[in-house]
Amino acid sequence: MAFLDKHKAIETHATLLLVLSLLVVSIGGLVQIVPLFYLENTIEEVDGVRPYTPLELAGRDIYIREGCYGCHSQMIRPMRDEVERYGHYSLAAESMYDHPFQWGSKRTGPDLARVGGRYSDEWHQDHFMNAKSVVPESVMPPYGFLFDRVIDGRYIQDVVETHALVGVPYTSDMIENARADFLAQVDPNGDSSGLQSRYGAAAIPNGRDVNVRNFDGQPQLTEADALIAYMQVLGTMVDFSTFIPDASR
Amino acid sequence: MWDYVKLVVLGVIAISAAIAANYARDMAYMVNAVVVMIAAAITFLVVLRTAGEVRTVNKNEYMDGVVRAGVIATSFWGIVGFLAGVFIASQLAWPQLNFEFLQGVGNYGRLRPLHTSAVIFAFGGNALIMSIFYIVQRTTATRLWGGNLAWFVFWGWQLMIVLAATSYIFGGTQGKEYAETVWYIDLWIVVVWLSLLAVFMGTLIQRKEPHIYVANWFLLAMIITIAMLHLVNNMAIPVSIFGSQSVQVTSGVQDAMIQWWYGHNAVGFFLTAGFLGMMYYFVPKQAERPVFSYKLSIIHFWALIFLYIWAGPHHLHYTALPDWASTLGMVFSVILWMPSWGGMINGLMTLSGAWDKLRTDPVIRMMVVSIGFYGMSTFEGPMMSIKAVNSLSHYTDWTIGHVHSGALGWNGMITFGALYFLTPRLWNRDGLYSLKLVSWHFWLATIGIVLYASAMWVSGIMEGLMWREVDANGYLVNAFADTVAAKYPMYVVRMLGGLMFLSGALIMCYNLWMTVRAQPARVTSHAAVPAE
Repeated sequence: MAFLDKHKAIETHATLLLVLSLLVVSIGGLVQIVPLFYLENTIEEVDGVRPYTPLELAGRDIYIREGCYGCHSQMIRPMRDEVERYGHYSLAAESMYDHPFQWGSKRTGPDLARVGGRYSDEWHQDHFMNAKSVVPESVMPPYGFLFDRVIDGRYIQDVVETHALVGVPYTSDMIENARADFLAQVDPNGDSSGLQSRYGAAAIPNGRDVNVRNFDGQPQLTEADALIAYMQVLGTMVDFSTFIPDASR
Repeated sequence: MWDYVKLVVLGVIAISAAIAANYARDMAYMVNAVVVMIAAAITFLVVLRTAGEVRTVNKNEYMDGVVRAGVIATSFWGIVGFLAGVFIASQLAWPQLNFEFLQGVGNYGRLRPLHTSAVIFAFGGNALIMSIFYIVQRTTATRLWGGNLAWFVFWGWQLMIVLAATSYIFGGTQGKEYAETVWYIDLWIVVVWLSLLAVFMGTLIQRKEPHIYVANWFLLAMIITIAMLHLVNNMAIPVSIFGSQSVQVTSGVQDAMIQWWYGHNAVGFFLTAGFLGMMYYFVPKQAERPVFSYKLSIIHFWALIFLYIWAGPHHLHYTALPDWASTLGMVFSVILWMPSWGGMINGLMTLSGAWDKLRTDPVIRMMVVSIGFYGMSTFEGPMMSIKAVNSLSHYTDWTIGHVHSGALGWNGMITFGALYFLTPRLWNRDGLYSLKLVSWHFWLATIGIVLYASAMWVSGIMEGLMWREVDANGYLVNAFADTVAAKYPMYVVRMLGGLMFLSGALIMCYNLWMTVRAQPARVTSHAAVPAE
């Protein structure tokens, strides 16, 4: 084959081999990735999705730190059993503020995309302390240490600010009050009007009010508060009355 | 003079790391800073002790010291990675092993990235670097370019491994599978990886052979593709220079696409193209036969590297990723079956006329089985990427089984073959200490993989079917917890399979150790060996 004989030019020039290989391996990624940033129907237009509150964001960081994504997905597929078991299939809009995404790839434990509001805070407390106490078959590790780790949101403003930098619509008001909002969300007796005015029903079209309560059942603010606050908001944001499915996208 | 510059730089690094440790915002960052400080201090002492000495290097000799170090590092990290795997497999079977006293450092969630990184980047990475340094010298008849740059690559990679491992345990992670390393480790990887590219390209350019041997095509494609994937997938902005936390630039659906474009091609290039490079050198050498088909290698090389990069979206079937992307991923994954088997055929048929060696040489047996597993998992992969199949297999243990038949069978076995090939040659010994022990290793590893893969097939397909089972009234039959309980026996079998694989590797380490210690030296001439 004459065509293959020409290959000699490539395999006798190292730089040519390098350049051609680089070109060949670039194409697939360019075709598959770049349009996702430009095609308008990639992310559905729905109401209700808001950036995480500072406390929920801290909870999400704990979720990532503990490697929860290794066993739990946050992506419900549109199949009968999944919708039956977990709720409405996940929308792209629901993870648009997730830097990085947490869809996961394995269900050693169940999907968590809509776990918010499904169980009580007390259930979560028991479950994190000792999963077998509420689910006897569970193989989940214990996370009781989260209840001993007191946090004060010292650096939370920096975290929120960095999220704003990569495009999450945190306003300067949200950034400035990040730590105040962080503390307000676990104080049911305090004044949470500022937090609600920034993240609650009043601030977001068709949104809901932020959960404000003592999530871990202990007087002090711990990592468990943050993680449970994150659990309880998962999948609860979208107002599905504003969702119009696209036949193909 | 150069030594004193190095001393100053190392001193500055050690002191900066000590300062950074003081300002650390989190545990992982602090531990990593201390590790960097210690590493810089040790290097400082080493440089100081030899500063100003005149070192003579025979430029006509191959640079094999760094390859020998690679053999040791590959074996060591292999054991560490397999041990971590067996331990976390046991944790899934017996969750009590998430010990109360190790809470916060020893839970499954923190150890899993330790296992995956140890086997992929520590064991696999060292195997690749070792093979690259050996193969490129032998096939170009040239000493490694760049002097001690090769040693920098070696030690830089080990430092990366230690940093990654310590950061995972203490909670430093980016939260992206197989790319968990935090931002400053990612930057360090870029430095080390580009140095590897420089050594490799420098050696290729200075080659004394007119043609670049096929193994080097694969190795070069692997190095540049991994560089590209790593740079794009790890785009993140640190929250503070004194903390391990960073925020990914991309989010949601785009981040998912980038992650699996990276994730699948970490498999496709790091664990496939790179290891095909190993196959193209070690199999013909061990079999003492030329590569089966030159034309096939050209076609399957270009087809493989072009097609692989498209396959990522098959990890995202039926998710919120748009249909068009996931369909493209499926189609290209199925097409990918062909160039993959092109590689398998080229490897297996290289044994034409030497099949009898399977009876007498357990090392060649290991390589052949590895190619067999490569063929099997590159058939299974395209099949699982078909949407209908994927709807069952996704999120289940089937995926884990698939990965391990590739990783243990293909990557593990070809690496063992390479280690058995290299050790007597690098230490100039007259053959391996014991072929019988190689046979033991072979059977333990093979049976271990079969146990592992079949346990995961059963458990994966079972849980996939149990999840979707509905009764006559349309209600779900099984609670999620029922599927967890049902998997227990398979988890035990999987752990046993892994344990057998680990035992085989330990036997290998003993065998390699005794080869260096107890085997008589081989009598050779010191004349330069022409490349082949």
